[in-house]
Amino acid sequence: MLGIVRQKVLGQSLQKVRPGVSLLRSYSSAAKQMTVREALNSALDEEMSADPKVFLMGEEVGEYQGAYKISKGLLEKYGPERVLDTPITEAGFTGIGVGAAYYGLKPVVEFMTFNFSMQAIDHIINSAAKSNYMSAGQISVPIVFRGPNGAAAGVGAQHSQCYAAWYASCPGLKVLTPYNSEDARGLLKAAIRDPDPVIFLENELLYGESFPVSDEVLDSSFCLPIGKAKIEREGKDVTISAFSKMVGHALKAAEILEKDGIDAEVINLRSIRPLDRSTINTSVRKTNRLITVEEGFPQHGVGAEICASVVEESFGYLDAPVERVAGADVPMPYAANLERMAVPQVEDIVRAAKRACYRSVPLAAAA
Amino acid sequence: MAFYLKNSRNIINNLKSKVGLSSLMKQHSCSCLNHNNYCRFPASTATSPFAPQLNNLDLNSHKRGCLFMSQRFESTIAEKQFASVQNGEDNQALDFPGGKIIFSPDMRFLSESPSAHTYCFRVLDDNGQLIKQSNYIQVSEEIAVKMYSDMVTLQTMDTIFYEAQRQGRISFYVTTIGEEAINIASAAALTSDDFVFPQYREPGVLIWRGFTLQEFANQCFGNRADYGKGRQMPIHYGSNKHKYFTVSSTIATQIPHAVGAAYSLKMDKKDACVVTYFGDGGTSEGDFHAALNFAAVTEAPVIFICRNNGWAISTPTSDQFRSDGIAVRGQAYGVQSIRVDGNDALAMYSAVHTARKMAVNEHRPILIEAVTYRVGHHSTSDDSTKYRPAEEIEWWRMARDPVTRFRKWVESNGWWSSEAETQLRSSIRNQLLHAIQMAEKVEKPPVEELFTDVYDDLPSNLREQEKLLRETISRHPQDFPADVPH
Repeated sequence: MLGIVRQKVLGQSLQKVRPGVSLLRSYSSAAKQMTVREALNSALDEEMSADPKVFLMGEEVGEYQGAYKISKGLLEKYGPERVLDTPITEAGFTGIGVGAAYYGLKPVVEFMTFNFSMQAIDHIINSAAKSNYMSAGQISVPIVFRGPNGAAAGVGAQHSQCYAAWYASCPGLKVLTPYNSEDARGLLKAAIRDPDPVIFLENELLYGESFPVSDEVLDSSFCLPIGKAKIEREGKDVTISAFSKMVGHALKAAEILEKDGIDAEVINLRSIRPLDRSTINTSVRKTNRLITVEEGFPQHGVGAEICASVVEESFGYLDAPVERVAGADVPMPYAANLERMAVPQVEDIVRAAKRACYRSVPLAAAA
Repeated sequence: MAFYLKNSRNIINNLKSKVGLSSLMKQHSCSCLNHNNYCRFPASTATSPFAPQLNNLDLNSHKRGCLFMSQRFESTIAEKQFASVQNGEDNQALDFPGGKIIFSPDMRFLSESPSAHTYCFRVLDDNGQLIKQSNYIQVSEEIAVKMYSDMVTLQTMDTIFYEAQRQGRISFYVTTIGEEAINIASAAALTSDDFVFPQYREPGVLIWRGFTLQEFANQCFGNRADYGKGRQMPIHYGSNKHKYFTVSSTIATQIPHAVGAAYSLKMDKKDACVVTYFGDGGTSEGDFHAALNFAAVTEAPVIFICRNNGWAISTPTSDQFRSDGIAVRGQAYGVQSIRVDGNDALAMYSAVHTARKMAVNEHRPILIEAVTYRVGHHSTSDDSTKYRPAEEIEWWRMARDPVTRFRKWVESNGWWSSEAETQLRSSIRNQLLHAIQMAEKVEKPPVEELFTDVYDDLPSNLREQEKLLRETISRHPQDFPADVPH
């Protein structure tokens, strides 16, 4: 009884948040195409041009134009004081970035991959994330840590881990995960303008992918709100939550499911912390089924957190167990065949959605 | 950091030149060494093709050339160096990117330590008298008396807060006893524009800058008036007004932060520097090494002050490192360094004053190793007599007390008297007792402060938690402290 009352109250509060969903943008009028790389590069360029306090630092960001060419042309335009090639010491340049942010500059720190941020995690967690609180608001840390995160292809365990769940577990940090060019532009600009430390998790395999962008997205004033998910595809039968590259997989899965008469709703989380719990719960209350997708490890993952949120807030609405589609619980193997099996594939999502909709024999029965 | 494989074809193309060249270098290296001491690594730009340079070398075929290409060292200097290879006037040296390398037929390993210990700069002898021909910065009567008074204030504050902790009135305390000169003299040599990134044994810098005893007490008692809103353990002071960044408990993290802030000052073209403090133990952290290297490379105006007090909790320096202290390490990183008697306030003042000028005017980092002794326990959680002889502590407390030593010098100038001494000590003691009483009376920070400042704006989940907490407190008021306003 108490549970139902609570759900009603929550239902009302969730409705208030709904207008946020109307941020949904239509691609129909967009003719232009832009790669994620160009989106990130233009966002950096525009924010550096708009605010002299913004500067970029990391390994190979200057002369070499970035290990992935995200900083192409920036050294030439802004000079070596604002596009800073650093010695190869993650703990060093992360600490230096945090110190510059303490002072009042707005550093953008590039990790060649987020795996290497592990050498600097003390500065990210103990210094960047906690200083504003510990100093009672005297020291704000307006810094962005960005770089490729998660699995690339054929680069093994120490270059392929997803750190979304790690950083998202720490208060004081904001964690953003762009999927397409619109996300990359809007979220990176939001991250640089934000007064709090932001972890910006890109995906190497998406850098070269082109996505349609509207004129609005190309405008230099364009910015996306932090903490708002985006419904990439509306549907009524099952909710699929995903972030980064997995949003593409989820959309492909939704197309396949459509042929089988299953109308899937795909949520692009965009922000892992703050997590847009209301969009997720509103969707689940509509579809009554949930599949979470992520490349990271399953234990204590983003899917686990979403599952907990839905169980806490929308348990009575669920018509099927929540399914988590996640990376295998092993360090990433190098061999291509093993690697493919270690990361979620489109068909894994399709199968999970079918199970949730009772369109296939459950795993246990099949065994 | 490990190497990193790049997938993108684009990037592989960019790498090709480097990889190709390094393998070529290997092929040539033997012949280089065998035939000629002369080996040159010319630099080239990314755009200048490799082949023409090779041809150039071939023209001078009496010499074997090793080639190494790096985008980083494209410059006209490199071209000049390259030209001098061709002239070949000196075949005992190598113009390597970053500096000349001299060849030698002797196989000689560098010694693990210099033949003589690094000198320690001092101005006052153990009896507080000026050593003849000392090279020091003159201090005015006003500054000298303030320095001495602040050293006494620091010493007295430590005694009284330490007692307050023993009485259970505060949870934790760290004393600075034995290191008063480093604290006060370094602060006196700076200007109020300079930023301070402290460790935790430098409250004297705050005293010098005018942080009041009441403000110290408020922080230690974590009351509503504490600038940290009661969020940190005692002694983790911080004050934007005094350009003193909040103390970080994690050892050595403040050192790279200081370099980052110094780099920012340089970008802003400010006439100021950053000063950071750390102990001998802190120099074993990776952050110390990263910070020195980055400071050298970025030419940041930062002064590193290492309080080498002999002990990192119970670890003596002999177990901490095998180098000749800290100062020698600066040279390895290309940072000017000096070792100073940390118990000699006048030497400390002179060294920091000079270092500051060099840092600000020349945009360079400076490392100061202040040799001292931690007379107190590491903290109130420590009893140092368990791991070091009480006589050793006592000798440093009595025979080498930096406060007494400086007093003798101030007195010898006729700037101080025993009447002034009695009056000062009793006045500070009374102020401190009053400050503690006041701090205890002030209520604790309100409930809402539990949730603010995690982010710039309070996010919805924290607003929900706050609401829930308030509801719980109102339902069970007896279970919550009465001195927390809600």
